Amino acid sequence: MHHLWLIPFLPLAGFLVNGLFGKRFSKGIVSVVAIGSVALSFLWVLKCLMAVAPLETPHVERYFMWIQSGSLAIPFELAVDRLSAIMLMVVTGVGLLIHIYASGYMHDEDGYYRFYAFFNLFMFFMLTLVLANNFLLLFVGWEGVGLCSYLLIGYYFVKHSASTAGNKAFIVNRIGDFGFSLAMFLIFIAFGTLDFPKVFEAAKALPVETAAGMTTAICLLLLLGAAGKSAQIPLYVWLPDAMEGPTPVSALIHAATMVTAGVYMVARSSALFLKAPVAMETVAWVGLATAVMAATIGITQFDIKKVYAYSTVSQLGYMFLALGVGAFSAGIWHVVTHAFFKALLFLGAGSVIHALHHEQDMRHMGGLRQKIPITFAVLTCAWLAISGVPFTSGWYSKEAILGAVHHHSPLMYWIGVGTAAVTAFYVSRSMFMTFFGEYRGHAHPHESPPVMWAPLAVLAVLSLAGGALFNVPHILEPIFPAAHGEHDIMLEIIGSAAGLLGIGIAYVMYIASPGMPASIAASLGGVYRLVYNKYYVDEAYDATIVRPLVNSSRGALWQFGDVWLIDGVVNGIGGFSRWIGGGLRLLQSGSIRSYAAWVVAGAVIFIIAAGVIGGAQGGLR
Amino acid sequence: MPPLPIPTAVPLTYYLILSAILFALGVAGFLFRRSLITIFMSIELMLNAVNLTFVAFSYHHKQVDGHLFTFFVMVVAAAEAAVGLAIILTVFKNRGTLAVDEIDSLKL
Repeated sequence: MHHLWLIPFLPLAGFLVNGLFGKRFSKGIVSVVAIGSVALSFLWVLKCLMAVAPLETPHVERYFMWIQSGSLAIPFELAVDRLSAIMLMVVTGVGLLIHIYASGYMHDEDGYYRFYAFFNLFMFFMLTLVLANNFLLLFVGWEGVGLCSYLLIGYYFVKHSASTAGNKAFIVNRIGDFGFSLAMFLIFIAFGTLDFPKVFEAAKALPVETAAGMTTAICLLLLLGAAGKSAQIPLYVWLPDAMEGPTPVSALIHAATMVTAGVYMVARSSALFLKAPVAMETVAWVGLATAVMAATIGITQFDIKKVYAYSTVSQLGYMFLALGVGAFSAGIWHVVTHAFFKALLFLGAGSVIHALHHEQDMRHMGGLRQKIPITFAVLTCAWLAISGVPFTSGWYSKEAILGAVHHHSPLMYWIGVGTAAVTAFYVSRSMFMTFFGEYRGHAHPHESPPVMWAPLAVLAVLSLAGGALFNVPHILEPIFPAAHGEHDIMLEIIGSAAGLLGIGIAYVMYIASPGMPASIAASLGGVYRLVYNKYYVDEAYDATIVRPLVNSSRGALWQFGDVWLIDGVVNGIGGFSRWIGGGLRLLQSGSIRSYAAWVVAGAVIFIIAAGVIGGAQGGLR
Repeated sequence: MPPLPIPTAVPLTYYLILSAILFALGVAGFLFRRSLITIFMSIELMLNAVNLTFVAFSYHHKQVDGHLFTFFVMVVAAAEAAVGLAIILTVFKNRGTLAVDEIDSLKL
């Protein structure tokens, strides 16, 4: 026993302390409790991993039987294998850095303790999700992170857009969770258990399903769940709106950790997916379509956080593409490197926003290079990494993905390469608009305090060197068979060139000839407007799903079912009673003599009735 | 045709009819008189009508139960008379009248 349970329960303790007493604590104590609990959790992860290394086989700890009902037996088990070890490191490590950063960023916000309580609660659920050894416990963490996401998106709950964005995230995730629940039911029907080792052992013995079948159904439903949590088509719409939350939330939950839960879950269930090629192909195409669509939207946005939000959706699409072509370890590698550079992008963006007093529109930025040099320096590292400049972390994972995709299908490969170029383009665009040229705003930019830029510096180092430091596919070899794509130098050159090309085009358009973007946008006209308005997907969902649902709920369920039928029956019964009572009320005149008269009348009726019945019985006798 | 038995005592029916008449008089007095005292006396009349029935049946069936009931009723009636008269006195002191139509504060 290495007491794995301490890893999630330390942040839970932080949540309880801050949640219950945080209102009375000073900000210093709140942040010490919150950051300290995550730091301890991180150290405990390190200690546990040292103890269980090298983890050739999973280390499982069973604490108690959680649910026992008929043939359903679900123990409360935590397990760590190499896959969850990587996720643990990322979640607690990046989580710790973002916790530290948030103490600077959130310093002047109301409800400081509330923010940290939810942040710690999120860590608890995320770590439960990662450590779970069966689908149900994973689902607990899955739902829990969704809850925390909702709470933190709606952190500025007096802002209407923030609370509706929280609702949207929660409701859209319900659709995915519905798929996940159905998948769990099917898994229980098919395998009789929800334990990971048993299910995957049984799945390995199954034949590969070439046509539709049970395994395919399970995998497609799991994909629906993953699409909800990881913001893939068709359920990605909540993530861009989720940027209403504070920036550290966007960095931790909506970029680095929670949204990769879907990727983790699919990778975890790889034994099932490998038996369902149809589902795998679907995963790949969903990922690719999401990557392309979100990347193109990212080009046109002006809100710096929106750009990075669509970038996140797009990068998650990349991860799904990797999973779909069977390169699970490349997908997880991208999870790790993406956690570094995307967290850095968001935190850097937060630093810019902080510097400009909550200005998020890039049209009001520019020329910040000299004004906030440290932020510029660290963001440059993230910029290089996400653009796939050779030997940065993003380059390693992206090349691993593209190599595997090329082995699977050259068509997908070329689309992927194009997307890589677009990715490099829109990130460069955001950098050029923010840091280069003339300052177009009116605020007085100031550099962020060290407590904010120090975590950024760590992430910057990781963004640059993380790919070389953590060779994830090598670590994951015992779990996932080595990816097919052998190192093809030609593919790597093409991939790198795509990234550099993107940067170059952005340089030409935004530095060399600044008038170009507007004229191109004008010449494209309708196409530009289509992309700028995010392909009108929100509007289409609104028209085809939300409005009919709202209208039918309003008409059929509310006006007819509730108001007319249920209220009608209840009010009818009530009205009938009143009517009867109104009649009977007249008897209560208050005059004793009338009461007595009624008594006499009753007695007379009774005697007559008794006589009639008695007479009838006498007659029978 | 055998001769009818010569009645040796007043038959039961006569008692019951007398009792019913007394009871009906009590009810009528209760319903139609205005004075509280008269109403009170009517109640006593009804009680005694019932007592008469009890005694008659008791004699007819040669059982003592009816007598017992009668004694109970008399005891209760005595107690009731004491309480009732006290209430009537109090009502008269407070209201200055014994007309039931005017003593109607039970009415909302």
